[in-house]
This record gives sequence, C-alpha cells and structure tokens, in this order.
Amino acid sequence: MSTVDLPTIWFVVIAAFWLGYLFLEGFDFGVGMLLPVLGRDDTDRRVMVNTIGPVWDGNEVWLIVAVGATFAAFPPWYASLSSAVYLPLLVVLLALIGRGVAFEWRGKVDSDRWRRNWDRVIVAGSWLPALGVGLLLSASVLGIPLDAQGNRVGSWLEVVRWDTVLGAIAVAGFALVHGAVFVALKTEGEIRERARRLATGVSPVGLLPLFGLLAVVQLRHGSDWTWIAVAVALLAGAAAVARIAVGREGQAFAALAVTITASVVVLFGSLYPDVLPSTVDTANSLTVAESASSPYTLEIMTWLGAFVAPVVLLYQGWTYWVFRRRIGRRHVPAVRVP
Amino acid sequence: MDVLDLARWQFGITTVYHFLMVPLTIGLSVLVAVMQTAWVRTGRHRYYAMTKFWGKLLLINFAAGVVTGIVQEFQFGMTWSAYSRFVGDVFGAPLAMEGLVAFFVESTFLGLWIFGWDRLPKKVHLACAWAFSLATVASAYFIIAANSWMQHPVGAEIVDGRPRLTDIWAVLTNNTTLAAFPHAIAGAFAVAAALLVGIGGWHLWRKGRDGDPEEHDGIWRTSVKLGALVGAVAFAGLAVTGDMQGKLMFQQQPMKMAAAEALCNTEEPAGFSIFAYGDVSRPDCENVKSFTVPALLSFLAHNDFDSQVKGVNELVAEYRAKYGTNYPVDERLGELSGKPIDYVPILPVTYWAFRLMIGLGAISAGIGVLALWLTRRGRVPRTKWFPRMVLAAIALPFLANSLGWIFTEMGRQPFVVVPNPTGVDGMWMFTATGVSSLSAGEVLTSLIALTTVYAVLAVLELFLITKYARAGVEGVLPPDDKTDKTEEGDELAFAY
Repeated sequence: MSTVDLPTIWFVVIAAFWLGYLFLEGFDFGVGMLLPVLGRDDTDRRVMVNTIGPVWDGNEVWLIVAVGATFAAFPPWYASLSSAVYLPLLVVLLALIGRGVAFEWRGKVDSDRWRRNWDRVIVAGSWLPALGVGLLLSASVLGIPLDAQGNRVGSWLEVVRWDTVLGAIAVAGFALVHGAVFVALKTEGEIRERARRLATGVSPVGLLPLFGLLAVVQLRHGSDWTWIAVAVALLAGAAAVARIAVGREGQAFAALAVTITASVVVLFGSLYPDVLPSTVDTANSLTVAESASSPYTLEIMTWLGAFVAPVVLLYQGWTYWVFRRRIGRRHVPAVRVP
Repeated sequence: MDVLDLARWQFGITTVYHFLMVPLTIGLSVLVAVMQTAWVRTGRHRYYAMTKFWGKLLLINFAAGVVTGIVQEFQFGMTWSAYSRFVGDVFGAPLAMEGLVAFFVESTFLGLWIFGWDRLPKKVHLACAWAFSLATVASAYFIIAANSWMQHPVGAEIVDGRPRLTDIWAVLTNNTTLAAFPHAIAGAFAVAAALLVGIGGWHLWRKGRDGDPEEHDGIWRTSVKLGALVGAVAFAGLAVTGDMQGKLMFQQQPMKMAAAEALCNTEEPAGFSIFAYGDVSRPDCENVKSFTVPALLSFLAHNDFDSQVKGVNELVAEYRAKYGTNYPVDERLGELSGKPIDYVPILPVTYWAFRLMIGLGAISAGIGVLALWLTRRGRVPRTKWFPRMVLAAIALPFLANSLGWIFTEMGRQPFVVVPNPTGVDGMWMFTATGVSSLSAGEVLTSLIALTTVYAVLAVLELFLITKYARAGVEGVLPPDDKTDKTEEGDELAFAY
C-alpha cells in the first residue's frame, strides 16, 4: 500500500464520518428542536421522539467514530482542536448527556411536569450540540490562532468569531430543515401536514446560513474544483425547498442528503491540505502530511475500516428498513408506568 | 489548584463515575441475553418476565453509561492534549477500533432490541440482544488494551521523540491487557450478580412475608440463584486474574506494588499486610503497626515464599537514577517546573484502595453464597435482616470496582505512561507534562459543570432504578400479558 497516500485517504474517511454524523444526527437534532413547535400535545411529542427512537443512539456513534479516527490518524489535529474549542465543546457534551438520558427517561414517570422538563432538556440538547458542532467544524476549517506547539493563543473567545458563529448557525439551520422534512417523511396524519407546512416555510431561510458559510469558506480557502461542490449544494438545496413545497418529502430528504454531502465536500476540500490552519502564522498550521500518524498505524486502520465500515452501513441500513413504517398517534401506546 | 490538579480531579471523577454504569451494563446485558435465550428455548413465562424486568433496569442504566462515555472520547484531547499528541500514534488506534467495532454494534442493536419486540422474529430479536451484549464486552477489551498500554507500553518504537506503533498485535495481546480485561469483566459480572441477588432477594422476602407462594413462577428465586452463582464464579475469576495482575505488576510497575503494600523498605521474605493503623504515608514507616501474613507477599509476587520484594525507598533511588531527579524547567509545568520528581504514589490511597477492593469483593461474594444457602430447596428467608443485607450488598462490588481503578491509576503516578522496565528507552511520560495548555478557569468551569450534571444524573438514575425495581414484573409486562405477539397490531410494542 506504499504507493497510496494513506494520510489523504484518512482525511477523506474522517470527512465521510462527519458527513454521516451531520446527515444522520442532523435530523435527530431537528426533531428535538421542533418538539415544542410540531408537538401540540404529549402524544404528538411522543410520535416525534419515536421516529428517531430506535436509531438516534447509533447515529450518535458517527460522532464518536469521527473523533476517535481523528485521534488515531491525526493526533495533533484531535489534540489542538478539542483543547482550543474547550468550552464550546463542554457545552456540546453536557447537552448530549441531557438529550441522551431524556429520550430514555422521559416516559419512565407518569407526570406532566417530569415529561415537560425532559422535553426542555431535549430541545436544549438538540439546539446546543448542533450549534456547537457547527462552531467546531467551522473553526477547524477557518482556523484557530495556534502557536508553534499547536496550542491556542489567547482566551477561549478566540474561537467564537462571526465566521465560526455563522458556522454554528449553518449546522443548526440545516438540522432544523432536515428534521422538519424527516418528521414529514416518518409520520402520518396531522403532524405530518404540520411538519410539511413548517418545512416549506422554514427551508428557504434555514438553509441560508449554510450557503453563507460555504461562500465564506470557498472565497477564503476554496479551490477551483470546490466551486462545483458549492454549485451542487446550492442546486440541491433549492431542489429540497421546491420538492417539500409540493409535498414530495422523500425527494426533499434525498435532496438534503446531496446538499449536506456537497457542503462537507466544500468544507473539507477547502481545508485540504491543512487539517487545522493557524490564523496567526501559516507555519503553525497543522497539515494532513505532517499531522498524520505513521504509515503502519494508518495501514492497520485502513484494513480494519475496509472490512468493518461496509458491515456497519449494512446493519444500520437494515435498522432503518425494520423501522421504515410511518408512525402516528394511533401507534403510540398508552402511558403505562409503575 | 492549578490546571494539572483540576484536570486530574476531572478525569478521576468523570472516569470513576462512568465506570459505575459500565460494569453494570456489561454484566447485566449478558445476563439478560442469557435470560432471553432461556425464554426462547423453553418458552417459560418466568424467563420472559425476567428478561423484561432486568432488561428495563439495564436500559435505565445504559442511557447514563452511554452519555458519560461520550465525555471520555473527547476528554483526552480537551484536557490532555500534550498526552494525546505524544501517544496518538499508538493509543488512538484501539480507541478508533472501539468505536468502529464495538460502539456501532452496541448502539444499533440495542435500538433494534428495545423497539424490535414485535417487529423481529423471536430468534432475530434474541440475536440482537447477544450482538449488543457482546459488543459491550468488546468495547471493554479495546479500552483496556489502550489503558494497559499506558501501564506497560509495548509494540512501539520511539521516532522523533514520540512512540510509534510497530506491532498492533503486541498492543492487543499485551500481557497486561490479557490479565486486566478478564479482571474487569469478572468485576462487571460481580456487579450485575449483586443486583440480581439484592433486588431478587428483596422481592422473594416480600412475597414470603405477604404469603404469596406463587410469586410469578419463581422469577425472584431464579434471579437470586443466578446472581449468587454468577457472583461466586466472578469472584473466583477476580481472584485468579487479580493474582495474575499482581505478578505482572511486580515486574512491570514495582513501585505500584510496593505502594499497594505501603512497603517502605525492601523485605526478604516480604509479608502481606492485612490491616494497618497509624499513618501509612510516613516514608520512614515508624508509626505504622501492621498485621501481616509472613512471606505471603513474596509468594504473591514470585510464587516463592523466600523471594525479595523491593520497598518504596529503594525503588525511589532506582527511579531517580533511571528517569531523572527533577522535572524539566518549563513554564507549562507551573509549580512543578524544575522541582524534584516525587516517585511515590499517595500511599494511604493505594494501600487502602487495594485492601478494600479485595475485602469488599470477598464480602459481596460471601453474601451471595449466603443468600443461596438461605433460599435452598424452596426456602423463603423470613428474617428482617435478609433484605437489608442483600440490598446493602449491591453497593459492594461497585465500590470494589472503583477502588480497583483508583488503585491502579493513582498507583502509577507520577507517570501517565509508565516506563516498561524491559521496553524501549524513553517511552514514558509524566502526568504533569501531558496536560493541555488551558486556563485554570476553563478547567474549573468544566469540572464544576460535569460534576454537577453527574450528581443530578446519579440522583435521577437511583430514583428510576429504585422505582422500577420496587414495582417488580407488574411494571414491565404488557397489559394483556401476551408473550408471543405475532400479529402486527397498530400499537407499538414499545415506545418512548
């Protein structure tokens, strides 16, 4: 495998993990964000939570794997990014903690107050990680003031700038639209209608920050070929807006998949050959070539990934097949707790 | 407190906390899969009810285990970025493998198991339970392989001042891993076993008190028996693997073992201290009175009652000669910059954690066996102390697990990567040099936030576990009690 550029392959693999995360957890977050908007009563909200019930935990693993693979393949990238974005990352983690237990625990006590409180945790636990992950990714693409040791110069506020905040809103906006389309796709009855109307109204605005981010990234760091991805993202986004407006939920969802794929291509394509640019001195930037682990480590990981990743896609795909049925109020069993 | 102290407290608190949920998930998920297998094979209602009841407690606990695990994946980079840069080439691989091989299977098949009761054929559904539970075991293997590499680095060379992986097989079959992994798994089964004996025993006693001999086809009696047997086997496994670990520790981390005994001076033969009073932290050991079993420590170390065991004082001299007397002068080391290196772990912690781990584990297994005896041949214990004893005993293996990890992690200080005496030169790192370059305010914020949230989680989890444990099987069985629901109705068999 010596002729293959393993660091570049792993850069692409990590981008693919992030894509998997943004696409899958994107609608999980969207469902959580929209809980109080689309869910008129507790039964509605249970319908929504149960659209992602069997899958949200598996979706979240894409984040763990993206981060774990970064640690293994590009240790300095993992170390510098996560320590520089320390406090925003802390917020993401706390929010994910709350959201995870909220799904599992909200139905375990028959009390309106109990459920309302957990619903609040789900809403906050969906907005905050979407914003935080957007901030983290855009900080990695747009750069952080790094010194020669790879440590952040200045306070934690150095990573909270207008451009990274735009990145935060971009991911949250995408998740919002994606979630609305997902609810329309996975439910039946009134809630489906409401989700479709909401997606129709929200999608033109909700996708704008993402396009704004892509424009900023493309103008600052993009190459000629990433313009193609920008164009694809825009067209697919427009198609998503158009298809949901005429009630074609499946097509809109597919168009959003293309949108986020093209967006990840723009972000990581513009980042390459860096993994984490330094905004104070380009000599301090972390690059794919210099940050990569040894060829042996990457080779081991490549073999493992080549065998395991297709199997993962198969059984995760099977899960979506098993739970393919739309659900509605009539499917939700009565509350029965001891 | 400076960044180093805060970061260490944070890692200690979050990891010990995470490892309260993890062993219960590992042990209980396998036992629930066993119960479900018994149900699928025999069709007996007892096993179905057991699967549902213990499965519910498993799920309440699993949620908290997963979410606190996410923190761990990020924490190396967030607070220990210098460490992460140093070891990433070797240490990152088992972590990535854990995600790819174990976490995906675990979370996906758990979702299928929870929601799949009426969607999947019985045997496929059972296979999901096994996939999930075996994946939890696999995840333990990978993370312990990573941890064992820090205790005993192998399979790597030093290039440009950093460890570089040369042999992944050596890392995955590190003898430290092969001893620590079964030890941790046995500890996980001890925890699940104590839960079965405790809650099962309480229900059994209550049914006896209320004069309800039917007691759901013997659900609680079977649970107590299963728990007691698993607990006894687990404790035997803990003793054997613990002994293996001890012998490796004498070779690989002699200071840790001397610290476990608070053995100040080299002895030949060395006795095993059962109990001490006085201040074990005194380096001169003058004020310590210790009850010892003569020559036992020598035997534990070398399988030889006459062999020599090195004491802390001799080892300090050796360590100074090998790894230096002072920390480098570096502003990032803060107060420690240029200061002498203290090679001795905190002796009261290592000494007492080691003893309590063994003692609490043994008491826990003993209570399980006692419960087995008291419930033999259809007997129902009537005394009031029985439920109190078995319920209180649930805490013991949890504490023993925590103390074991506190011992092994604090016993390797001041190193984060412990030098391998027969390994590559220069492959070690001081904990103080591994910490991130952050402000104390940042780490203090996260320490307070995480500790607070974890405390709230603990209260809520205990509340929910107690609520569902108390309610018994009535709380978890479907209303019509249809155990073989084949017809696909409108209602979901399970929904959040």
